[in-house]
Amino acid sequence: MIHLLDNMLIRAAVQGLMIISIMLGCVTFLVWTERKVAGHIQLRIGPERVGPFGLLQTIADVIKLFMKEDITPSSANKVLYTIAPMLAVIPPMTSFAVVPVWSQFALADFNIGILWVLAFTSLSVYAIVLAGWSSNSKYSTLGGLRATAQMISYELAMGLSILPILMWSGTLSLREIVLLQQRHLWNIAVLPFGPIAFLLFLICAIAETNRAPFDLPEAEAELVAGFATEYSSMKWSFFFLGEYAAIMTGCAVATSLFLGGWGGPFVDQVPLLGIVYFVAKVFALIFVFMWVRWTFPRFRYDQLMGFGWKFLLPATLGTLVLGAICMTVFPGFYHQFYGR
Amino acid sequence: MPTDIANLHTETMTLNMGPQHPSTHGVLRLVLELDGETVLRVTPHVGYLHTGMEKQAESKNYYKFIPTTDRMDYLAPMSNNLGYCLAVEKLLNVEIPLRAQYIRVLIAELTRISSHLVWLGTHAMDLGAQTVFLYCFREREKFLMLQEFLCGARLTASYVRIGGLMLDLPEGFLDAAKTFSDEMNAHIDEYEALLTRNPIWLRRTQGVGVITREQALDMSATGPTLRGSGVDWDLRKARPYSSYDHFDFDVPLGSKGDVYDRYQIRVEEMRQSVRICQQAIAKMPGGDYRSRDWKYVIPPHEDVAHSMEALIHHFRLVTEGFRPPVGEAYHAIESPKGELGFHLVSDGGANPYRCHVRGPSFVNLQALALMCEGRLVSDLVAAIGSIDIVLGEVDR
Repeated sequence: MIHLLDNMLIRAAVQGLMIISIMLGCVTFLVWTERKVAGHIQLRIGPERVGPFGLLQTIADVIKLFMKEDITPSSANKVLYTIAPMLAVIPPMTSFAVVPVWSQFALADFNIGILWVLAFTSLSVYAIVLAGWSSNSKYSTLGGLRATAQMISYELAMGLSILPILMWSGTLSLREIVLLQQRHLWNIAVLPFGPIAFLLFLICAIAETNRAPFDLPEAEAELVAGFATEYSSMKWSFFFLGEYAAIMTGCAVATSLFLGGWGGPFVDQVPLLGIVYFVAKVFALIFVFMWVRWTFPRFRYDQLMGFGWKFLLPATLGTLVLGAICMTVFPGFYHQFYGR
Repeated sequence: MPTDIANLHTETMTLNMGPQHPSTHGVLRLVLELDGETVLRVTPHVGYLHTGMEKQAESKNYYKFIPTTDRMDYLAPMSNNLGYCLAVEKLLNVEIPLRAQYIRVLIAELTRISSHLVWLGTHAMDLGAQTVFLYCFREREKFLMLQEFLCGARLTASYVRIGGLMLDLPEGFLDAAKTFSDEMNAHIDEYEALLTRNPIWLRRTQGVGVITREQALDMSATGPTLRGSGVDWDLRKARPYSSYDHFDFDVPLGSKGDVYDRYQIRVEEMRQSVRICQQAIAKMPGGDYRSRDWKYVIPPHEDVAHSMEALIHHFRLVTEGFRPPVGEAYHAIESPKGELGFHLVSDGGANPYRCHVRGPSFVNLQALALMCEGRLVSDLVAAIGSIDIVLGEVDR
């Protein structure tokens, strides 16, 4: 056994499986959380019948989804129609690999972690585009088109919103970024650009995960279910899974970039506390995602694009310039207050 | 070789929206011609909920049509009852006691609040604000409890009867209604806090689904759809019925005729309805809850037990109904959706010769194409919601 784990490939496979199963478990829990949060925001109580506090509701739902008929429209492109839901799950799971969960563990810790995250996030648009196109249904096509435009525009702003932090940290490795924050201050507290960049990143992350108020690709009131209209059974649930995995990854990345990752008081003495801090921070952010979703109305397609290109992009660029100016003009100030 | 973009072949897409679509408010079917996401043409197809109510009226006596009216605008059953009964009473020329009139005003305004609550909730949900829906339904539930208290039914009230009402107000109803209306303003503030100044809501509704004053008049739009375009026409003020002239209230008007104006008008109408309810409760006169003209109104049980004449009236009314004089009558009320009119033609028989309903939803729906041709699919959804249609009334 010990010899087996020494083999790097097998070790990576075991760790990968661990991460995937933990993420799947978290997704089930997230679905339950979402329903509970939505319930309490909307004066309801949410699921409460299956298991204690309704905790097993999602399991029951998954079983139900397994039992459902798996429909493929006769006019669909069957290969792409089947591949699309898989593509929805792979990118968020893969990009999670580089997130340092605590000081002792990140599945893959390499020096270009952020680029890895950005690269895989941009892949997730293919799932929706292919799903929309291969379904050969009008609502799906419209949803797919919307997704293409939306994700490409918000990806740009998302990448740009991270740049000031990269500039500040001087590294692309998420682990390094977290360690730097632990030594000094969380990046969100680096005035003046830290909080702005955090806010912009959060907005982009919500848009990237197609959550309300940016849930246009599946806008229920307009496109029925958008790109997912024709999907049923487990194929449909893969999109669902992908969405929640993407939320988790987005929040985990935001935590590492801005909120100090696993850092917190006494984490040096008790390293395991790091996991607790990390999970707490990620869930706090996820709660914000849910809160936003159940509070705001939905944008319109053109307004969404306008918001992305005319507000977010200039704003992120502005933050970048602001950060650059501050770091160059007042190095003494930053050295004195932030130790860098 | 570079592609010549101008010569690329493009074609429009025909999209069938409904009858089973989440935001067509029932079974409205729209055939859209789309260029990308731009709506080039909207063709509404109605009739999926057609039950031939007008024709049914011809084979029922006047009394028996009242329960059918419940099912037209099923979000405001008591308004429909009221409109129909007022038309029959006009045909018969019956005097209605003041107490009955005040109770009618009270329930009509409570119904307006309830109907607007459903509209607000579904409209907000169409635009993605899902929580407002459940907030609105919390208060609607209170109204439904009130309605159940009043007449035993939550949906099909049939409370207003020819010549008066089904029963007098139950004991304690006025207190319950007072509590409901006193609390309502605070709840309306809650909905407004979520929407009225929300930047996304403003972007989604302002300048969207515009119809000008002239267009609204040309389309014979009524109700908030008309007043949103700035036309001061509310039947409660213009042609007061059921002693609406005894009450003090304002008619909110819009100026731009967009979705936001119609939203604000309905929200303000709820507040005005609360005012009317409070006045009606405070000024509720004593007296009879129905006319004592036993030729048209079923006499009470105790009379039937003691008086030969009452027994005969009761027997005739129940077995064959009354026979109004030959003639016709049209009476319209300001229902939550607009002008709800009943046109009754009598040939002297026990059944109406013809009963035509002027449904505000049906007429207002005509304006839909004007509101959204040349705009985006999302605007279409906003426009449908802002007209506030109920398919039960569109199709009848």
